[in-house]
Parts: sequence; C-alpha cells; structure tokens
Amino acid sequence: MRAALGGDERSYRALLTALAPALRGMARRDLLRVGLDPSDAEDVVQETLLALHLKRQTWDPASPLGPWVRAIARHKVVDVMRRRGRKAEVPLADWEDVLTQEAPEEQLTEREAQRLTDALHGRERDVVEAICLSGESVKQAGNRLAMSEGAVRVALHRGLKRLAALYRSKGE
Amino acid sequence: MRTQDLISALAADTTPRGPPLRKSVLWAGLGAIVLAAMVMQGVLGTRGSFIASLADPRFLFKFLITGVLASVAFRLALRSAEPQSWASAAPGLLLGPLLLLATGVVLELSFLPRALWMPRLVGQNWQQCLIYVPLISLAPLALVLTALRGGASASPTCTGLVAGIASGALGAFFYAAHCPDDSPLFVAVWYMLGIGIMACVGALLGRRLLRW
Repeated sequence: MRAALGGDERSYRALLTALAPALRGMARRDLLRVGLDPSDAEDVVQETLLALHLKRQTWDPASPLGPWVRAIARHKVVDVMRRRGRKAEVPLADWEDVLTQEAPEEQLTEREAQRLTDALHGRERDVVEAICLSGESVKQAGNRLAMSEGAVRVALHRGLKRLAALYRSKGE
Repeated sequence: MRTQDLISALAADTTPRGPPLRKSVLWAGLGAIVLAAMVMQGVLGTRGSFIASLADPRFLFKFLITGVLASVAFRLALRSAEPQSWASAAPGLLLGPLLLLATGVVLELSFLPRALWMPRLVGQNWQQCLIYVPLISLAPLALVLTALRGGASASPTCTGLVAGIASGALGAFFYAAHCPDDSPLFVAVWYMLGIGIMACVGALLGRRLLRW
C-alpha cells in the first residue's frame, strides 16, 4: 500500500487483487449471517474497493493496514444490508441452495453493466469503458479517443468518483 | 463489470491522493479559529472592560472551559473520521470538560450567596448568547465539515455531532470576550445551550454530508 500511495501502479494492482478474495469471503459470510442473498457479495467487494481507493488518504501509513481495510469493508457491508433490508426479504429456501452451490467467483451482470453506462456520460464513460471493459491501458485509451494521457486520467478519476456516488444513491 | 476490471481501472487512476486527512483537517481547524475571530471582531468586538476583567477568575474560566471543550471535541471529530477509530476514540473523553464545568459550577455555588444564584444564572444577555454563539460558529463548522468530507467516518452523524460541539465551543470561546455574564452558572446553561444547538446542526449536516 505504501508503494501504491507513491504511485506504483503495479504493486497497487497486486494489492487490490490480493485483497479482493478476502473481501469477498467476508462479505458473503456477513450477508449470509443476516439472511441476505450472498450473490450481493460482489457488489460489496466492488464498493469496498472503490472506497479503499477514493478514501486512501484516511489511512495513516504508520498504522497497520488490516484494521483500516476491515473497517471500510464493514461499513460497506452494513450499507448494502441497510439497502437490501428495506427491499424484499430473500426466502429461506433460496439461500439454502446458495449455501450448497459452488461460489461463483465474479460475474458481469446485466444490471451492473447497465449501471455503469447509466451513471457516466461523455468522456468519463468512454474512458471507464475502455479501461474497465476492454482492458486498455491509459495510453491506448488516450490514443484511440484522441485524448492526452492527463485528460484520460482526469476523466477516469471523475468516472470512478461518480460510480461510487451512484452506489451510494441507490439506497435513497 | 468484473471485479478484476474494476481493479485495473483503480490501479490506472494514479491521481495523487491529496494531503493526508489529519493534515487537511488540522488546517481547517486553524482556519476555523481565524474565521471565528474575524466574525467576532467584525460583528461584536470585545467588551469595554476586557483588559480589567483579565484578573477575574470567572472571566478566565469561560475561556478555559470553552477552549478545552473545543479542542477535545475537535480531536474526537478528527479521530472519528478515520474509519477504524471510532470505537477507540472514546466519546468518554468529553467527560473531562464536563467535569471541569461541574467543578466551576460547584465552586460558584459555594462562594455565591443563595439569593444571587438565579440572577447570575439568568444573566443579562442570554438571548444574545443563544444568537451569537451559533452565529460565530457557523462558518467554522462549514470549514471543518468540508475538510471532514475527505474522511471516512464509521458514523457520519456522530462525527458531525462532535464537529458541531467543537465549532460551537470555539464560537463560545470568542463570544466570551464580548459577553457581560461571567458566572459559571450562566456558562453551564446558556453557553452549553448555544453549543448544543451547534451540535444538532453538526449532526444533521454530518448525516447528509459525511456519507461515503
């Protein structure tokens, strides 16, 4: 994380990749415990990753990373519980099935793809789609969209912030 | 969106992360002090007997209690804006200023003849106190909340509440230089009410503004 804060893209990616499975496990456990559909876990994981990213200035490099990550993940799980809790409860039988199923790792759901494109407009949308969905690098995206690298980065940052805001507003 | 794709996007977003939260909130705190001083001087000015009163322990006590309360509440607000710290931030810290206030009240009661208790408690100017304490505190609260938006509070309402107490106490600290009532009895009722108003404002604003 320290390297990542210094702007080292590769170690940052490695860190987030390593955190994701742990976050997923924690989210599934918590959701099951309160009787919610554990397939929402991926939502929690993605929201948590976004929050870790956008709130990284609240981590004090002198303190251990674990409690900080757990606190953020906990906050996001509670958020999702609050939102889902208000909607229809999942019938008991349904999630017994889920318990016995192999956990599907990650999936591109129709809903999420829709959410992504709904939230963003113009350049932000182009850039986030290019990097998230087509897996282009900042440089490639810049070349294709005829934008400078700096402009791509700005659009990406704004797009991610808007995405996080959208997750939040779903609950209202 | 696959999680791995999101991670790629996050990793590619190497926007510098801005100053650490503590630093930006501390700067906001300093700014809040300057703002409160400016509003105070601009709107009210210190009272005529200011210099002469500096020898009066009752007058000084007003600054002591509001100053201590402001700094304790400010520290709490800062700690609580770090996601993992709320539990350890011990809201019990606020007991310190409360004990201090209680001590002041007990001393005042033991020195003051009973007949003066009510007149001192009601004072001359409580309406002004309830108007000016919040008035001086509003801009500082706005500044501190803006900085706290960069934080990730486990409980936005609580963080807003202690930020409100901190700005309210700061406002009361400066208002004390104008206010003609010095009795700890007056402070315990009207200053605390003014600060309480700001605490409510802070909690309501925090609930909306500090969500993440």
